[in-house]
Amino acid sequence: MRVYKPKDNVQKKAYYSDRFFISPQVPKFDVESDEVFAKDLEAIKAKFEVKEAYIQVEQMVVFINPEDNFKVLELLKNDLEYTQLSEMSAIDWLADKQGFEIFYQMLSMNKRKRLRIKMFIKNGEAVNSVEKLFRSADWSEREMFDMFGIEANNHPFMKRILMPYDWKGHPLLKTYPLEGDEFAAWYEVDKIFGKEARDIIGPELRDTAKVDRYDSDRFVRLGHEVPKGTTITGNEPKVEQNYQEEDGVFLVKKLNKKDSVIVTDPQR
Amino acid sequence: MAQHKVNYTQSGGLPVALTSIDKIVNWGRSNSIWALTYGLACCGIEMMASGASRYDFDRFGTIFRASPRQADVMIVAGTLTKKHAEFIKRLYDQMTEPRWVISMGSCANTGGMFNTYATVQGVDRVIPVDLYLPGCAPRPETLQYGVMLLQQKIRANKASRAQVAKRLM
Repeated sequence: MRVYKPKDNVQKKAYYSDRFFISPQVPKFDVESDEVFAKDLEAIKAKFEVKEAYIQVEQMVVFINPEDNFKVLELLKNDLEYTQLSEMSAIDWLADKQGFEIFYQMLSMNKRKRLRIKMFIKNGEAVNSVEKLFRSADWSEREMFDMFGIEANNHPFMKRILMPYDWKGHPLLKTYPLEGDEFAAWYEVDKIFGKEARDIIGPELRDTAKVDRYDSDRFVRLGHEVPKGTTITGNEPKVEQNYQEEDGVFLVKKLNKKDSVIVTDPQR
Repeated sequence: MAQHKVNYTQSGGLPVALTSIDKIVNWGRSNSIWALTYGLACCGIEMMASGASRYDFDRFGTIFRASPRQADVMIVAGTLTKKHAEFIKRLYDQMTEPRWVISMGSCANTGGMFNTYATVQGVDRVIPVDLYLPGCAPRPETLQYGVMLLQQKIRANKASRAQVAKRLM
């Protein structure tokens, strides 16, 4: 028997999914299969609680408690030679688990190993900043705040990094529409001209498939160009490519195509 | 209008040409269109190629300037993000009149393939545009032809008329 799904909004799922589809999983291996990782995990387990640990694509993944993140990364950096924080960000699991998964991707140049620290926080919780350990976390944590709204405590400059400071909403949340909400749609109009200009400028034209050959406000056909806003009947005469006006230009010699030469020899 | 043709390149004598104020002002304007360096994305590469020696914008009198105070035309070459929209308006306001705007490429025309929350869907939502160039990115030839069309547009208008400030609204 299939799992019951409410049918009040059957349009909600925009894509087709196979009834018997099982999403492929990347195989996970035991940490004991790699002795370098096994030693690292032992060192972490000696001081902190580890919820889960496995090896995936030759990289160890360790799940920890979110309040331990600074000290775990400190241990990794100072004692276990993981000296680089390649990247960090969050994954939106709000719909399934009401929270975010935060990951820190670490690299050890000496051991030639990559390791991923993961932790789960509930919606609305903040994380400890690791900017004091890794300078690369400075911008990453700002980006995480910008895109997901997760704040990092003790960060020196906790502001948006990509979107404008006065932006509303966090664009990488799965609930955020790709084409933007109402605030995003009118952002530049509201900011530059004010809200009263909305009626004059009009909404954005977002339909990329829309082609209207009689619409001279946007585009006209090549070779049949008319000034913007002209009413098009469809019987416009072909306009020759014209580099100069017919009666010539003051002090400029008119191009005569018959007198011109096409150079075919590039070595001339 | 009195017309008196002097071929001063042959006579080698005094360069005398009789014309109207309109024509000589428009001749000056249309043959020294200084452009504001405004490469926002990959179209900017094509714009730079147009200015370099192979396509050679200088022969049209088009010289790229880094200041809006010295520029006549703003070539918006690339994707305009919503964050940047207020700055393009400010730079446009800083240009002295008469001023023109060329919207270069799909992104500047309509937002192009960036049908997203962060992209302005056409620079004409922010500043008035005189010329739209199609292409992704337009070739330097397209930009050159666009500048020549703009020259025709400048010469078609009366230079002596009171300058009507261009406003989007």
